[in-house]
Amino acid sequence: MSELIEMLDMPFFRRALVTAALIGFTNGFVSGFVLLRRSSLTLSALSHTMLPGIVIVVLISGALTQAGAFVGALLASLFVGLGSIAITRNTRLPQSTALAIFFTTAFALGVVLLPYAHTSQDLEEWLFGSILSVSDADLKVFFAIACFTLLSATLFMRPLLLTLFEPNVAAVQGVGIRAMNYLLYALMIFALMASFQAVGPILSIGLLVVPGAIVSLFTNHTRWLFWGGGAVGCLGAVLAVVISAPLNIATGPSIVLVLGVLFIAAYFCSPNYSPFKKSPIQEKSSN
Amino acid sequence: MNKCCHTHDHGQTHELIIEHLDVFYRDNQVLEDICLHAQCGSSLALVGPNGAGKSTLLKTIAGLVKQKEGRITWSGEDNLQARGGEFAYLPQHEEVNWDFPITVRGVVEMGRYTQLGPWKKFTTQDDLAVERALALMEMDGELANRQISELSGGQKQRAFIARAVAQEAHVLLLDEPFTGLDRDHTANLTRLLRKLAKENRLVIASHHDVNTLADIFDHVLLLNQRVIACGTCESTLSDDNLNLTFQNMANV
Repeated sequence: MSELIEMLDMPFFRRALVTAALIGFTNGFVSGFVLLRRSSLTLSALSHTMLPGIVIVVLISGALTQAGAFVGALLASLFVGLGSIAITRNTRLPQSTALAIFFTTAFALGVVLLPYAHTSQDLEEWLFGSILSVSDADLKVFFAIACFTLLSATLFMRPLLLTLFEPNVAAVQGVGIRAMNYLLYALMIFALMASFQAVGPILSIGLLVVPGAIVSLFTNHTRWLFWGGGAVGCLGAVLAVVISAPLNIATGPSIVLVLGVLFIAAYFCSPNYSPFKKSPIQEKSSN
Repeated sequence: MNKCCHTHDHGQTHELIIEHLDVFYRDNQVLEDICLHAQCGSSLALVGPNGAGKSTLLKTIAGLVKQKEGRITWSGEDNLQARGGEFAYLPQHEEVNWDFPITVRGVVEMGRYTQLGPWKKFTTQDDLAVERALALMEMDGELANRQISELSGGQKQRAFIARAVAQEAHVLLLDEPFTGLDRDHTANLTRLLRKLAKENRLVIASHHDVNTLADIFDHVLLLNQRVIACGTCESTLSDDNLNLTFQNMANV
């Protein structure tokens, strides 16, 4: 405990806490959309793809900046996303297969190229994040992403939900489903960008999938998935930083570990789905 | 046989006009030279064998599938955006994400989006429309608060029809609306569709049961990639026309 209080005096630790809160909330909020869109696999693809994108930008420009990382990640994601769509259209392969081929290839390329990117960070930091070395400038980016997520998702919640539920019916009702799909992609990419530095490309999927899944075990109200997911993501990430830093455990993996443990606990406590309780569907059929 | 299908002329201003419609999925022609004049205040059944293009025609009218050739106008307007709120669409079951955490009432409330847009609040009028739609499809009471994943096939169908009704759209495009309904609810939906047509809506629905056609719809369009025949149920449903519609597939 005293160690924790000592650490609170250190700016890098306070920055790590704020970062955890911000990206935990952003990712948790967006995780509701990921769940409803059933796009966990797409996300794995996007997140893995960001690595080669960023590495190539570093190779070309010789330095790692937020803007450069963003452009690289975005271009690589677009390349893999559009590539997989093209393959799906022109072959009989399902898009999940095309995506899996593209993103693993892209990730492999990233790992191969990584040693040639001369930055101060080593491979492990690239792959699993370094939330303790976040700068003030990074914090501003995380804050901006959190604001953008909250604002756009709140403004467009109704058309977003209609699109997610049944896009055809929504389109006939006059919802701009293409714009809404772009917005969803943007929200996911921004959330991934935010967690890339904190937990790395692989574990970032956990942050962007688990909170919404936890909340969905407790509620049937669509909107609670987002706010509840945000709260769970935020608390889980902050808790992980508080536990891991004094104990000198890797922070990024701790965040996903805490969320994973929370999920399992939630599963056993869930009023609807717990294996210890009768599910409502079983009750119904026994009537 | 008139190639261009006309429903009754009620002297109404609202008219759906389809002219020389060609639709392709990649290189396969699905619809060929479809012509249709349909006015509100009538109900039209699309009848044909599997793969005849019934769903595709509904989707093309709804603006979900793009035609290669031809024109679709509603009230003289061929801009899709302008049609937005006036059309309601009922998809087939398998196209819906039934795991979505939402209640029956939530689904029906989605129908009010057309009137409310992204931001406006629900008014008592919206609530009334939702309640009325739920009651019409006998989905009110306890059923209204059920999760959609817990519904039977027929109940899911009724929830979605209620959503289309709550939208208070002028044109209802229904893809096999009677699928999964039991006898009582079939009779109920029959009454509802007749009522909607009487209220001056235009109902266009794909339908697979030739025997019940004339009870439900006043017009029928026999479809097999092309319009085989079209007109009032009595004048169109001859054995010759039906054979012509359904035999083509056997030759393919």
